[in-house]
Amino acid sequence: MNFTAPESLIFWTSIIFFVFFLLMRKFAWKPILGAVKGREESINNALASAESARREIQNLTADNERILQEARMERDSLLKEARDMREKMIADSKADAQAEGARMIAQAKTAIESEKNAAMAELKSHVSTLSLSIAEKLLKEELSNKEAQTKLVEKMLGAVKLN
Amino acid sequence: MVFSNKPVRFLLVALLASIPYFGFANPVIDSIPVVNEAVAEHAVPVAHEEKEFNATDLINSHIGDSHEFHIADWGGHPITFYLPVILWTDNGLEIFSSEKFHHDNSGEHVVSVNGQNLVRFNEVIFYADKFENLTEDQRKNGAFEFDTRPLNFSITKHVFSMFISVIILFLLFLAVARSYNNNKMAPKGIAGFMEPLVIFVRDDIARPNIGEKKYAKYMPYLLTIFFFIWINNLIGLIPFFPFSSNLTGNIYFTFVLAFITFIVTSFSGNKDYWGHIFTPPVPKALYPIMIPVEIIGILTKPFALMIRLFANITAGHIIILSLVSLIFIFETAWVSPISGAFVLFMSVLEMLVAALQAYVFTLLSALFIGQAVAEHDHH
Repeated sequence: MNFTAPESLIFWTSIIFFVFFLLMRKFAWKPILGAVKGREESINNALASAESARREIQNLTADNERILQEARMERDSLLKEARDMREKMIADSKADAQAEGARMIAQAKTAIESEKNAAMAELKSHVSTLSLSIAEKLLKEELSNKEAQTKLVEKMLGAVKLN
Repeated sequence: MVFSNKPVRFLLVALLASIPYFGFANPVIDSIPVVNEAVAEHAVPVAHEEKEFNATDLINSHIGDSHEFHIADWGGHPITFYLPVILWTDNGLEIFSSEKFHHDNSGEHVVSVNGQNLVRFNEVIFYADKFENLTEDQRKNGAFEFDTRPLNFSITKHVFSMFISVIILFLLFLAVARSYNNNKMAPKGIAGFMEPLVIFVRDDIARPNIGEKKYAKYMPYLLTIFFFIWINNLIGLIPFFPFSSNLTGNIYFTFVLAFITFIVTSFSGNKDYWGHIFTPPVPKALYPIMIPVEIIGILTKPFALMIRLFANITAGHIIILSLVSLIFIFETAWVSPISGAFVLFMSVLEMLVAALQAYVFTLLSALFIGQAVAEHDHH
């Protein structure tokens, strides 16, 4: 090949390359690399935020599910409690009523008994008073007229109706 | 269609490839007998070059540099784009058109500029009086006979081609950069085409070799050499004006690029890098051997860069030109389909090599820079 003057190409290559490099660095590589980097960052950010949003939604769904589950459980337990309470109330009131009835019956029984006793006592006192007065009158008749007395006793006995 | 259209297409390509050669095969065949029979009366000045076809000369003139841009021959007359000759002579700066040499490269035509007589021999411009005293060998290696010639800063064919390449690249990437201002979304158009290449240089060359922390600083340099070498490789493959110059196959050009990589590497070198060269981890007694070896090591790296690019591109051009020359060597147009098919194959291969060599040069530059800036906690 023709080895033309080496200084020509070395000189021009150095100058052209140096100027070319500076121009390209300022007007081409900086804006291009900057734009590419900026876009990559924005893409990465967008992807990351999409991922976090997705995770958030997932969490939200899980939360909802959990809350729903809890509510369902609470409802069930409330219902169960209410059912239990109702049954207990019914049982309680039944027992109360029975006890009250029994108590009232017992009370009535004692009241009747005491009334009966009182009545008997009164009757007894009446009978004794009556007997005494009869005996007194009898004695007085007896003492005055035997016949009359006897008649009297008979009359009185006839008049007295036992009860 | 019974048969596939593949062979048909191949035939068509072969025919098309051979068409140009039919045209100028005849004059060659005609002129050969003229030489053989030595019938002088038929010899026209143009036939002088056609007397004996010399493939070496043809190839040398095609891969070499020149002071003018030869476009074509028309009716025996060359159509040439004349480039300026810029000389630093004993009397100062001289600028004139290469037209003055009248295509002479034999040292016979004397050009008188500002009282100084100049001749051109094999694309080297000498002082006419000193050229007379040179031997044939000295003339052939005239580029290095600095005392017999003025310093030559001419815009040669290769320099001209370099100007074109940087203008193309600059406009191209200016358009790319501008498209980002208007478009913040995914790249479109030209940016969409160039961006993967830029990202390729960044992610597959700079990042793995230099390292995540420091690669950004060297990105402009790596991108610049990658695209600069690539486009000049491609320009060399386009066989018509204003392209076709074998710039990346010129060793001075590859020397400058390799030298720049060497400078960048040396100035980026950190303590570890220089420490490894001047105080290698060997017994002190071995220093007289190790230090020169290490210094040779830092010089062979850019030297290999220089030779690799130069040899690959030049070899490709030589092969293509040799294949074309086969037609003239065999003196028959019937070689042209074969020759053309091989040239087609080689051209496609050279397109791959063009990208590959740009990649290799950039990759190795990144690797050397990476070695210089690496912070290793060795041993």
